[in-house]
Amino acid sequence: MSLPTSRAARTGQYLALLAYLVFLAFPFLWLLSTAFKPARELGSLHPTWIPEHPTLDNFRQAFDEQPLLQAAANSLIAAVSAALIAVVIATPMAYVMARHRGRLATAATGWVVVSQAFPFVLVIIPLFLVLKNLHLINTLWGLILVYVVWSLPFALWMLAGYVRAVPAELEEAAAVDGAGRVRTLVSVVAPLLAPGIVATGLFAFITAWNEFFFALVLLKTPEKQTLPVVLTHFLGAEGVADLGPLAAAAFLATLPSLVLFAFIQRRITGGMTAGAVRG
Amino acid sequence: MTAKRRSGPRHPRNGQADAARDRAAWFLVLPALLPILVLSVGPLLYGIALAFTDAQSGRTRSTQWIGTLNFQDLLHDTLFWDSFRIGLLWAFGVTVPQFLLALGLALLLNQKLRMRWLARALAIIPWAMPEVVVGIMWRLVYNPDAGILNETIRDLGLGDGRDWLTGLATALPAVILVGIWAGMPQTTVALLAGLQNTPHELHEAAALDGAGAWRRFRTVTWPAIKPIALAISALNFIWNFNSFALVYVLTSGGPGGRTRLPMLFAYEEAFRYGQFGYAAAMGCVMVAVISVILAVYLVGRIRGGGEER
Repeated sequence: MSLPTSRAARTGQYLALLAYLVFLAFPFLWLLSTAFKPARELGSLHPTWIPEHPTLDNFRQAFDEQPLLQAAANSLIAAVSAALIAVVIATPMAYVMARHRGRLATAATGWVVVSQAFPFVLVIIPLFLVLKNLHLINTLWGLILVYVVWSLPFALWMLAGYVRAVPAELEEAAAVDGAGRVRTLVSVVAPLLAPGIVATGLFAFITAWNEFFFALVLLKTPEKQTLPVVLTHFLGAEGVADLGPLAAAAFLATLPSLVLFAFIQRRITGGMTAGAVRG
Repeated sequence: MTAKRRSGPRHPRNGQADAARDRAAWFLVLPALLPILVLSVGPLLYGIALAFTDAQSGRTRSTQWIGTLNFQDLLHDTLFWDSFRIGLLWAFGVTVPQFLLALGLALLLNQKLRMRWLARALAIIPWAMPEVVVGIMWRLVYNPDAGILNETIRDLGLGDGRDWLTGLATALPAVILVGIWAGMPQTTVALLAGLQNTPHELHEAAALDGAGAWRRFRTVTWPAIKPIALAISALNFIWNFNSFALVYVLTSGGPGGRTRLPMLFAYEEAFRYGQFGYAAAMGCVMVAVISVILAVYLVGRIRGGGEER
């Protein structure tokens, strides 16, 4: 948009943008500041933005207080497995949703929309009972199963968008050249979809890595719990917290999703908005 | 194009080809459909059924059907309706300001401004963070002694600050602010995408006709982004009404239940007190309310979409 704008309006726009930037950034900067402050400064009655004597003690202490490495390993296993399984089973279904116009595709799309409205409590109680009968409570496998299904709606939504972006004419041309259905899918469609599949997988990984509610309900013992659940142990029973290690651990837990998200952000927003616009 | 005469995916020739296509479709859908049926649709129906039973956790005696008894109890459960009211307050309190702020930011980012890249980089942070970390981070901000909020208030000479998350009057507004912060980037990006799909010519034509900024927004911008605005607001409302982790970490529903969202209430009922049947009934009531909202949204969306095309 390039309409002429007056100087005063421009200044106003920059001030507003600055206010937004401050609002978005300040809690995160405070988390960083707290993570690197020595205990003495955290106890001070007049906290400062910049630590006067920055230290890594909080990080060391965080690893001493809670089994963070074990928790990170659990999170990694759960998130990687869930993302891989979800993408492998979602891709063919997304293809059908994008290319076919039968009742099946309509029902699948309907489920994707409706599943966004479930309050998890209505699903978690029966899931808890089912997983208990299968002896999968307090196991990562139980959690992975739940994560796979939980990440499917958005994965299907994104992948269907990517399939639609592949021109149908390419498939038809391959069919004319005598390629069978399976060969068309594997050698024509799949390579074009690959970047979208990777982005969807990474997004599924991030959602599982960040997830809290299902992990809280399904994992009982500390050595099985994932990172977000273990983080809440820093808060203590009465909400009294050791602020430094809490901030340090919270910061570390965020890094993987922040880094991955920075990579795929454009694709996510592209996929999300493509779906929303097309609706 | 002659290729279209072949069995291209979108151009079925006859019933036989249709049947073959459908068989292939089922084959492709099955790997995802099975888990969906077993772990999503099945549990959902099972959950609805549980609402009509006296199911409890760890009980040896078998569960019995009790008809609508759970729902009758729910009707008289003032604590549940309190939490329901709080859930609606929270969902509106987050969704509406978040939408307005996000719209403002999206309009700004649609201009040629210098710090746009920074805004985009910063927007990643709330979006990619685990909700648990967002909660922890804001607890550090709100901390009565060591937090930056009270320190800023003291620096500005506005008083001593207070314990925001445990104050009866301040707890709900404090968690609502966090909710707004956490969901703003996603809403902004969705609205920005809508803005970027608005044809420039319309704006320029409207400007030439002498339309002011507000008129241009109302007659050109808003109609273009309305479908996205409706969709994202409805989804935000639903997600917020059902949210759990953020408030669980911030206040655990306290003080005195002032921030006890329906999900927190149902979670406690199910997994602290073991009242599975009763908690399932709560879930049903939540679904019912959300379905109404979803229906309103779908009707609005279809109408909006109709104007669009």
